[in-house]
Amino acid sequence: MSLQSPLGRVLGRGSAKSGVSHWWAQRVSAVALVPLTLWFVWQLAGLAGGVDGYSYDAVRAWVASGLTPVLLVLLVLALTYHSALGVQVVLEDYVHGKGLKVASLLASTFAHLLLAAAGVYAVLRIAFTTGSV
Amino acid sequence: MAEFRLPENSRIKKDGKVHKAPEGAKNTRTFKVYRYDPDGGENPRVDSFELDMDDCGPMVLDALLKIKNEVDPSLTFRRSCREGICGSCAMNIDGTNTLACTKSCEEVKGDVKIYPLPHMPVVKDLVPDLTQFYAQYASVKPWLQSRTPAPPDRERLQSPEDQEKIDRPSACILCACCSTSCPSYWWNGDRYLGPAALLAAYRWIIDSRDDATGERLDALEDPFRLYRCHTIMNCTEACPKDLNPAKAIAEIKKMMAEREHL
Repeated sequence: MSLQSPLGRVLGRGSAKSGVSHWWAQRVSAVALVPLTLWFVWQLAGLAGGVDGYSYDAVRAWVASGLTPVLLVLLVLALTYHSALGVQVVLEDYVHGKGLKVASLLASTFAHLLLAAAGVYAVLRIAFTTGSV
Repeated sequence: MAEFRLPENSRIKKDGKVHKAPEGAKNTRTFKVYRYDPDGGENPRVDSFELDMDDCGPMVLDALLKIKNEVDPSLTFRRSCREGICGSCAMNIDGTNTLACTKSCEEVKGDVKIYPLPHMPVVKDLVPDLTQFYAQYASVKPWLQSRTPAPPDRERLQSPEDQEKIDRPSACILCACCSTSCPSYWWNGDRYLGPAALLAAYRWIIDSRDDATGERLDALEDPFRLYRCHTIMNCTEACPKDLNPAKAIAEIKKMMAEREHL
């Protein structure tokens, strides 16, 4: 039992003087995802209606065509960044106990970095190894 | 992890006492009331009280007073003004945090279930320990901070428009219905200030006579103190005074974002 005053406990170590940038980044990435996701769905629908549909060659050709790789890289980055921020908040909400909390936050950060790197690499590799259409 | 079950000694036992209505009562209603006695060493239980509604006032508080006066004097709860201005009789009635004195029994369908405010330590029966809640209120410095000397011959003036801004937020009675309805406050109440304290902070942030707006925003800018709010708005839904703590918190976040990014 602690004899610290209730006010002392509530004030704790004071304000972290941060949080607004995290909140802002979450909203900015959400706004970025609106056109990127719409574009992505629209492109997929277009592919489905194409002559070769979702065949391997057709999809490869689409990934490598025009501005597609640029927008796909942006989509991967916005998506993983937005997800990383969101999952971080969920973990802070629900995971208590210092060890577990640090471990899960690290795991989430690294998993999202891995996903981002793998996604960007996949898009670039297809873009750079497929003959121009 | 967050705890989704109550600790062993807080779980409700099945065998609550049943108090039957008096003979000849025609219009009976059953009240199921949470009981916990810290001295008994037993788990909480839920007692059933059948009341003759023809001989009882209309509000839930009337029923609780009737139980205490006529059936079981050991029933413990806070009450004072019986007109929704003191905030003492806040409790969970029919699954919603509200004031027993302004909640009519007729609004409730079926048995009237009465529990203490959720996720607070229980002192006895329907009395929660609100020590931390009051400390959180105190932590936002809910008083005027001005570096401008007051005029020597009169009070600090405020335009009607500026008064309008603080009019509703000032009407908070600190009943704790909002904070104790908020899951973020349940899981992180030790660090998240909760809607009531944040509404109070907002009331002083927008007060035209207060010169400490920057310091107040500084003190709130914290991933836990303020940003645990995820805008699910249980607070606004629960408020028995029809105030809007969720909007106040959103306004504070907006002020932070404008200060930093716009």
